[in-house]
Amino acid sequence: MNPTTLFGLCGAALVGIGLYGLLTDPRLLRKIIAFNLVGSGVFLLFGVVARRGAAAGLGGDPVPQALVITGIVVAFSATALAVALLLRLHESGGGATLDDAADGARTDRSRS
Amino acid sequence: MTPLPEALAAGLPAGAGWLVASIAWPVIALLLVVAGGERFAARVGVLALPVGLAIAAAVALGIADHGELVYHVGGWTPPLGIALRADGLSAAMLLVTAVVASGAGIYALADFGTPRAGQTGRTSLAFWASLLGAWAALNLAFLGNDLFNLYVALELLTFAAVPLVCLDGRAETLKAALRYLLYALVGSVLYLLGAVLLYGAYGTLDMGLLAVAAQPEPATWVAAALMTAGLLAKTALFPLHLWLPPAHAGAPPAASAVLSALVVKGSFFIVLRLWFEALPGLSNAAAMQLLGLLGAGAILYGSALALRQARLKLLVAYSTVAQIGYLFLVFPLAFDAAAGRLAAGAALAGGLLQAVSHALAKAAMFMSAGLIALSLGHDRIAGLGGIGRTRPASLLAFALAGVSLVGLPPSGGFAAKWLLLSAAVATGQWWWAVVIVLGGLLTSAYLVLVLMRALGEPAESAIAPQPVAAWREAVPLVLALLAVFMGLAGALP
Repeated sequence: MNPTTLFGLCGAALVGIGLYGLLTDPRLLRKIIAFNLVGSGVFLLFGVVARRGAAAGLGGDPVPQALVITGIVVAFSATALAVALLLRLHESGGGATLDDAADGARTDRSRS
Repeated sequence: MTPLPEALAAGLPAGAGWLVASIAWPVIALLLVVAGGERFAARVGVLALPVGLAIAAAVALGIADHGELVYHVGGWTPPLGIALRADGLSAAMLLVTAVVASGAGIYALADFGTPRAGQTGRTSLAFWASLLGAWAALNLAFLGNDLFNLYVALELLTFAAVPLVCLDGRAETLKAALRYLLYALVGSVLYLLGAVLLYGAYGTLDMGLLAVAAQPEPATWVAAALMTAGLLAKTALFPLHLWLPPAHAGAPPAASAVLSALVVKGSFFIVLRLWFEALPGLSNAAAMQLLGLLGAGAILYGSALALRQARLKLLVAYSTVAQIGYLFLVFPLAFDAAAGRLAAGAALAGGLLQAVSHALAKAAMFMSAGLIALSLGHDRIAGLGGIGRTRPASLLAFALAGVSLVGLPPSGGFAAKWLLLSAAVATGQWWWAVVIVLGGLLTSAYLVLVLMRALGEPAESAIAPQPVAAWREAVPLVLALLAVFMGLAGALP
């Protein structure tokens, strides 16, 4: 297995794990972290694509690398916005999940 | 594999500079709003509206002259550079965005105006910044010709729309905003995954170049499926609509109007572009029927739930879920089975007309529902009795917007549904015609229920209605009249 394939599989695994977490975990902080896992998987795939498309004499195709920087900035802003909203929700006594019934039971655990 | 970029010869193509202006102006205004601070946010924001409207009109005039405007950012041509491209579809969406954003801005002056002494203007600042940010992002989504550029537009749109949901900062709206944000983030990350697969396969993200290079093979299929699924989550197409009703119904009326009328159309427009422009050879009958089936599910399920709502704003929000369904009937109806690809024609024109007329009608509906709720102090449908006498102009705006949603002539909604119906008949797909007609009946049912309540006698315990400024009632009325008479303006490009 060459490194490109290995990184590609890693990216696919990260996307899968992240999507699983996003869909199954009711705690919002975990969902936000899971979204970041999906994002990391996609960014890794950008690196793989850059490596595969490398022109002769160059280490990598520069375009995906330029795109991935923008992608990271966007994912960072999204995470910041989500965490800020979550903090506001928690402060206003709305709990830390989207599931109203689970709030009382789970709020303590999700804060740890 | 990427050819060297060639700098464009000096001089801009005629009118193409307006494309840059239509994206840059809302951003400049947004920066001025933030720089001006809480005291000047509303004043700067309102002054920005007519300029944005004029720029949208200039783009539309340019397209009427030239048919299409293309601008290569920085003089770099694709595949390395990014192109902005406007055609008739973009022009119609730019115009309706400018009209609805201006209407929402004027309407919002009462809620988010200049703070008086002793008041804090933080929500006002947040509203104007978000409104202008959403406007810039929408314009970018309508003009972008590069799939990654469109990803940035989608994310900017989300970042501007989420604060609009939770302007009042109550726990329930914060929850609705977070649910919306999570749906939107999953949607855009799936879209990005599809985009990277396409870049890996063909080495370009420009839609024009992809249309030539893309082959119907597994990589393209997976990419198209991921991108479409992500965009559907952002458009709130059934069964990915769960975030929409609490988010749109909980926001202040001016924000609901922008969210429901415009924001969901941004991602829909990119679905259209993806299938019609970037990957026209990829479509097949089964995939297009599936998109149509989801649309039909949205029409029937959204209308049925709208019928069961006890609160007016939730009813209007479920009506948006249903009306989004019509937009996706375009895909099966525009599919040319003989050629095996999507063809622009009556179905596409009908879909565009539906997007435009729904934007006008739904903005009018949310604004008038907001005024009715303001006047009564609640928005329970059962307690609407007597509002026909105390707020006739608001109820008239609501009813006229309803005329367009149901699809009665001469409204824009009628012209849109007529074009979709005739495409269904022309292509022999009678089952979509049944869905369109059934959806119209259900829509008229839930709107007539509201109107009957509103025209009935007031309840015994009714409190005295709160006063509402006449100029606020004029805004939804003008938007509703535009929706109703749009059908007379003739077929759009």
